[in-house]
Amino acid sequence: MATGRMQTDPMETGDVRRPGSVPELAALIAEAARSGARLELRGGGSKAAFGAPVHGALRVDMGGFAGLIDYDPAELVLTAGAATPLHEIEALLAGERQMLAFEPFDCAPILGAAAGRSTIGGVIASGLAGSRRLSRGSVRDHLLGFEAVSGRAEAFVAGGKVVKNVTGYDLPKLLCGSWGRLAALTRVTLKVVPAGRAQATQVLHGLDPGQAMQAMALAMGSQAEVSAAAHCPASPHGVRACTALRVEGFAPSVAARCAALQSALQAFGSVETLPEPEAGAFWSGLRTLAPLQDCAVLWRVNVPPSRGPAVIAALEPVGARWLFDWAGGLVWLGFDGDPSAVRAAAASAGGHAMLVRAPEALRARVPALQPLPAGVAALEERIRRAFDPQGVFETGRFG
Amino acid sequence: MPEPDRAVLARRRQIVAALRAIVPGEAVIDHADGLRPYESDGLTAYRQPPMVVVLPDTTAQVAAVLRWCHAQGVKVVPRGAGTSLSGGALPLADGVLLGMAKFNRVLDIHYGDRVAVVQPGVTNLAVTRAVEEAGFYYAPDPSSQIACSIGGNVAENSGGVHCLKYGLTTNNVLGVEIVMMDGQVLRLGGRQLDPAGLDLLGVLVGSEGLLAVITEVTVRILPRPQAARALLIGFPGVESAGQCVADIISAGIIPAGMEMMDRLAIHAAEAFVHAGYPLDVEALLIVELDGPLAECDPLIDEVERIAHRNGAMSCRSSGSEAERLRFWAGRKAAFPAMGRLAPDYYCMDGTIPRRRLPEVLRRMAQLSAEHGLGVANVFHAGDGNLHPLILYDANVPGQLERAEQFGADILRLCVEVGGVLTGEHGVGVEKRDLMPVMFSEVDLAHQQRVKCAFDPQLLLNPGKVFPTLHRCAELGRMHIHAGQLPFPDLPRF
Repeated sequence: MATGRMQTDPMETGDVRRPGSVPELAALIAEAARSGARLELRGGGSKAAFGAPVHGALRVDMGGFAGLIDYDPAELVLTAGAATPLHEIEALLAGERQMLAFEPFDCAPILGAAAGRSTIGGVIASGLAGSRRLSRGSVRDHLLGFEAVSGRAEAFVAGGKVVKNVTGYDLPKLLCGSWGRLAALTRVTLKVVPAGRAQATQVLHGLDPGQAMQAMALAMGSQAEVSAAAHCPASPHGVRACTALRVEGFAPSVAARCAALQSALQAFGSVETLPEPEAGAFWSGLRTLAPLQDCAVLWRVNVPPSRGPAVIAALEPVGARWLFDWAGGLVWLGFDGDPSAVRAAAASAGGHAMLVRAPEALRARVPALQPLPAGVAALEERIRRAFDPQGVFETGRFG
Repeated sequence: MPEPDRAVLARRRQIVAALRAIVPGEAVIDHADGLRPYESDGLTAYRQPPMVVVLPDTTAQVAAVLRWCHAQGVKVVPRGAGTSLSGGALPLADGVLLGMAKFNRVLDIHYGDRVAVVQPGVTNLAVTRAVEEAGFYYAPDPSSQIACSIGGNVAENSGGVHCLKYGLTTNNVLGVEIVMMDGQVLRLGGRQLDPAGLDLLGVLVGSEGLLAVITEVTVRILPRPQAARALLIGFPGVESAGQCVADIISAGIIPAGMEMMDRLAIHAAEAFVHAGYPLDVEALLIVELDGPLAECDPLIDEVERIAHRNGAMSCRSSGSEAERLRFWAGRKAAFPAMGRLAPDYYCMDGTIPRRRLPEVLRRMAQLSAEHGLGVANVFHAGDGNLHPLILYDANVPGQLERAEQFGADILRLCVEVGGVLTGEHGVGVEKRDLMPVMFSEVDLAHQQRVKCAFDPQLLLNPGKVFPTLHRCAELGRMHIHAGQLPFPDLPRF
């Protein structure tokens, strides 16, 4: 997979190295550890505008580690180079009527990167999953094993290539969402699943945040096996508030579950089937955060679902725009006011807030990830130094 | 296990007294009769009474015990219900056994957030019992679920017959409260779905009691599926049964459970519980589908068609809940049924890529002949998790050792075909020395440094999982030989 475009992209300046093999990557990391250089690992660059701006780090283009290695649909397992483009993997899976159950979240549209640049390694490093995370788990629930080079300049493996494995510590979990601060992933093995043959979206209109959360909780607690539940409030342009529940699977089952939802949710108003292509547009709009596209600052707030409305109650009066995913457990906020108000609202709701999109000056000042309690932060720091004693991967992107 | 520290053993009375000052009354056990029930877990081939047992009932007591032991350099082995099949809770002669059985309360249930918060000594089945009135259940269902505790499930990342569809423990736990070896109390995760930073909870689950002591667990609960139906399918050979499994999954069907048994296991189970299993088949599949009725019924028909295409000799679908449970009764009794075949059995737990199943079973039969011991096979066919049951007689000198060697050969075979040493039972002491079959020293050192980040003095459950105990200072050094790796071209997965 050529990534020659890296050199021509106006965002890409400064020194770039492109190791073509594991020994070359290890040599590069060893050299950095000796010289005190910092390495910025880069897959497709779709999340380059996430976190504090990076200065003075040597960029490592991981594009040399791309390509499918093994895929046996009947085994539900796929192994690929970490820099394999996500869209290639998704197309390959779709051809076998399979999918990545966690519905990877594509940051490119909200972070101003070109479409189609996400790599599977970047998806894993960020650990960000989309709407189906609610029912089917996140990236971390589907990474079975990996090969990587740690900050110690050592190639190592963890996990396995089978769907059920408890041999040794579950380092794949630790790598998901580690943002490239533990090791440079070179090869990954994922659990894949059959894609639903049919899907339908049921909608309720006009609910307030509290009612929406309750309707979604009732749906999630029912036997309808709802795969995704989201809510967009009324827009300033007069579009009604919309609570959407997605049901996937075999056609007769989808029909029966939609009917069950309609009767279970009667108390919240009339439940309608959202026809295609509106249903598809709703979920892809959620994936690209289209309803909040014009907000300069975007926060991703993770809370227990029942506390989603409390976050809205705290921040809507001071100007925040928002939407719910994950039945209220994921609150996307468009809010350019006081960052500490967002962090405080998230913490008091029992969760945390991630700063996803912001102007450079704000990202330089406000950490992307919510600061942790001292004891947990110290433990994290010890884990980081265990994998990367010299801080080769500490580019300042995360403070 | 590591040699007992004589200096620690010499201080036993002082240690017992210090523990009594923290946990009053009869919760500190130091007489030989009281220690005996703790001398082994579910892996009874290994026995070692602990130096002393302490049974705290508050997080503050756990923290105080660990803080004191940490300061005094005394080792601690945590124990849940003691059902581990890999020796995860095997005591140390010079160690404190920290029993968590008194942490047995369900603390909170929130149906809106679909979580239950429980103490670690609550049994797996008790979580389901606590929420079933409202139509919910806790999905992971290890076969010991009536006895095993949630804390132990978290430590071992326990599975069960339903994990192909519903995941292992790690996929169903949202948060924990833990006590570190130095006495610090931390919370990892919570009731929300994603962690705030590194997924430390993810690495804690399945760490086999080496990283921290769990004092509270928040699990995800699910609405009980509307229906469950099962098929009992007999095949003339394991090849056709294996192909049927692959075809079911290729058809986009993920059964709630899919179990296979070989001829020896079928006959033993049938003689034991009279489940109505066909006796003229070489392999038996139980396929269970759950979900809405509108889904179960057509999919049962679909699976039946797939089975017939693969040459099924018999195929019965459960017409009632009683019949479904009878199909399972034989499978669930497969382990005790081995008692009819031999005085003892040794249960293995490797996972393989399913497509290698016929070859693995063929070579297992060869190994069986070489070692002169019988083997029956039951396995979680959906995810390739094998449970070969090696038959032996511990009263015949040398048979236990041969059974262990046979078991090790089977696990090496699993790794050779691209699988792993353990699918759900854990490494513990049992598979500790086989870890180098799957991982290089560099791989293992990356795992051990995680241990060092949690417990730098290696006082918590030492001697398990890792074949060699490296001191953390030694592991921390960084050697760079111009980025050269010893065997750069070696395939390393």
